[in-house]
Amino acid sequence: MSKNIKSITNPKLQLKVLTPEDVRKIHDATLQIIEKVGVRFPSQRALEVWAENGAEIDRDRMIVRARPELIEQALDSCPPFYTLAARNPQQDLPLDGNHVYAGTDGCGVEVIDIHTGVKRTSELQDVRDIARIADATEEVAFHWVPVSAQDKPHQTRGLHEIRAIWGNSTKHVQTESVYSEHEARAAIEMASLIAGGKDQLRKRPVLSLMQCTASPLGHDGGSLDAALLAAEAGIPTGFMTMAACLTTGPATMAGNLAVGNAEVIAATAMLQLAHPGAPVFYAAAQTASDLRNGAYTGGGPEDFLFGAATNVLADYYNIPLSMGSFATGAKEPNWQAGLENSLSTFMASLVMSDMLLGLGFLHGSRIWSFAEMMLDAEIFSIVHKMMQGIPVNAETLALEAIAAVGPGGNFLSQKHTRAHMRDLFLPQFMDRRPYTEWESKKDDARDWALTKARKLLAEHQPDPLDAALDAELERIIAAEEKALV
Amino acid sequence: MTDELFKQMAQSIIDGDADAATQLAEQAIQGGLDPLEAITKGFVVGVNFVGQQFAEGEAFLPELVMAGEAMKAAVKTLEPEMMKRGAEREVLGKVVLATVEGDIHEIGKSLVGTMLTAAGFEVFDLGVDASPHKIIAKAIEVNADIIAMSALLTTTMVKQREVIDDLEKEGLRSRFKVMVGGAPITRDWVSRISADGYSEDAIGAVNIAKQLVAAG
Ligand code: B12
Repeated sequence: MSKNIKSITNPKLQLKVLTPEDVRKIHDATLQIIEKVGVRFPSQRALEVWAENGAEIDRDRMIVRARPELIEQALDSCPPFYTLAARNPQQDLPLDGNHVYAGTDGCGVEVIDIHTGVKRTSELQDVRDIARIADATEEVAFHWVPVSAQDKPHQTRGLHEIRAIWGNSTKHVQTESVYSEHEARAAIEMASLIAGGKDQLRKRPVLSLMQCTASPLGHDGGSLDAALLAAEAGIPTGFMTMAACLTTGPATMAGNLAVGNAEVIAATAMLQLAHPGAPVFYAAAQTASDLRNGAYTGGGPEDFLFGAATNVLADYYNIPLSMGSFATGAKEPNWQAGLENSLSTFMASLVMSDMLLGLGFLHGSRIWSFAEMMLDAEIFSIVHKMMQGIPVNAETLALEAIAAVGPGGNFLSQKHTRAHMRDLFLPQFMDRRPYTEWESKKDDARDWALTKARKLLAEHQPDPLDAALDAELERIIAAEEKALV
Repeated sequence: MTDELFKQMAQSIIDGDADAATQLAEQAIQGGLDPLEAITKGFVVGVNFVGQQFAEGEAFLPELVMAGEAMKAAVKTLEPEMMKRGAEREVLGKVVLATVEGDIHEIGKSLVGTMLTAAGFEVFDLGVDASPHKIIAKAIEVNADIIAMSALLTTTMVKQREVIDDLEKEGLRSRFKVMVGGAPITRDWVSRISADGYSEDAIGAVNIAKQLVAAG
């Protein structure tokens, strides 16, 4: 099976979604929010960091207000480039601004069973299965812990999950399910083992962490403590805002961007103040809540625009971005899923967001679907192809072939055609058959996608994790479980 | 004259104007109006109208929430006068509502609160990250009919069970109805923890709450 990773690079398409003037205004608004309104940091350690650096702190409400200079200075030490390491170094992911990588989505609560098609609670075996399929899928550059291992104790669940992925794939692992200090400590220990020691881990972070902010203008204590530990260990850490117009953010898109930006920037600055130079990334999945029921939509035109605008902000701060695209609100792989996931991924790719999250979810990041995972991979491939644009040169203008065919005739027998036919996109899941053939079978993309996932699961053998190493990982988890009871 | 005042009261709720609602409530007290009448013939009419519009898809969530806020402001202004007259507002039931310990997801819980309030329940919202102890203590304190818990994380939904277990241990289980909700909550989970009710959205939550108090 190919170890290749498909990423978008050297883009030929461009999009202007915010002018430099717009960005400046959003930045100024952000600094004003952090200075005047403040951001909530419910963690003693985080508050200490702010206090040591002269920020104004309301201890009772755990709200921090910081001067613009403090924030801007702190952000100066963010490293602009670094690499997410993989168990197999061939699959390392340089976050250099010239690559867009897609990952699986994360933390689902239910799964559509790959064999029975029945929706049920997610388990550890699902994490293993998804990791294995993702390992064999070139559009997947890295993993998010895709679903929660609900058959494992909730205090150490996040640890079982990353072990399951490392055991079934050589690609980089990013987790959003480690959000307490004790779990982060153990996760870092596990990652050190994989990397070959603490110093090696710093050079080759095989794990990265994503923490949600708590919109509007807040953070979760456990997330902050976990992030601080990770930053100290040199593990790339990102804060993700999910500010949603109407509920956790203003109804207007610019205001929503400013609120989310204030959360991410304040937390990123805090990490830099604590551990200057720590690898950090910007993460976002803003949206607009549904007007009628407040639901998290995971789609719609606002979503697509946020997907494009956020990388402009991350670029302004010169840090990589992890952008929530895909993650449709649809209940099954259907028109809505195709529409939402295509447009969100296209918009976020046009501006070269470094990481895209993620493949495989339905129902607004809740239900894992193996068919959707494969369909999303194809969406990424289509966007990948589009981003290559239209090369125009003597060879591609094909004047010789055109002269040889002349008016009338066709190009099927031309050498030029043979040389370039594979430049054309070959879909796996688009129905281009005769109508009668479809009529006799009535199958479609969903069936083919599921068949493909089943085949990969049955046939793909990932490079195994060294048995002794895996036993060590198991030991760390067991020790953690023992300490907790 | 009073009819006109009632109309204005209803309108202040429809406009989601808490200041106007407060002012009209003060006016009612000064005019010697029965505060209960001000509520039922004035303000509640507005709440019902907005609720109806919302159900028909004509009004949007922010309008509903603002109507709720205006209603709260009016009731708060009228309360001292009600106390004086020994009158008590009739509510469908008392609900202690919270997002469970370790969980900071707020929106769904607050929407459930808004809808329950709009439907005529008295809601005691403990906010997010509320410990089992805090939830149970509040339920006892206000003599609640229903304990309603939201959990959005697979790691925190166990707290819903913990509350039910604690109620059981303290011999309080039969005193309160328990309803639960949130993204990872399934019917299966609800029966496993022996909760009394569950709904996938806020409107459903109101129906369940009504059924639970009716079942007594
Ligand atoms: C918005 C959001 C957030 C926001 C919340 C902002 C806020 N102020 O509330 C923020 C960014 C803070 C957040 C944080 C996190 N989140 Co979050 N979040 C979501 C998201 C996308 C939407 C939730 C939402 O607001 N929906 C809109 C409201 C209206 O719907 P609702 O909450 O479901 O409520 C309705 C019903 O459920 C029901 N209901 C709700 N409560 C009750 C109660 C009763 C009694 C009844 C009857 C009914 C009922 O009625 C409500 C109204 O219709 C969900 C995914 C999803 N689609 O659900 C993930 C999700 C719940 N989050 C998730 C995660 C993992 C996290 C974090 C741990 C991430 C991290 N590493 O930091 C943190 C949690 C930190 C903590 N300690 O709590 C996961 C949980 C997965 C899991 N396996 O447990 C989800 C499923 C997404 C995902 N796949 O990653 N999150």
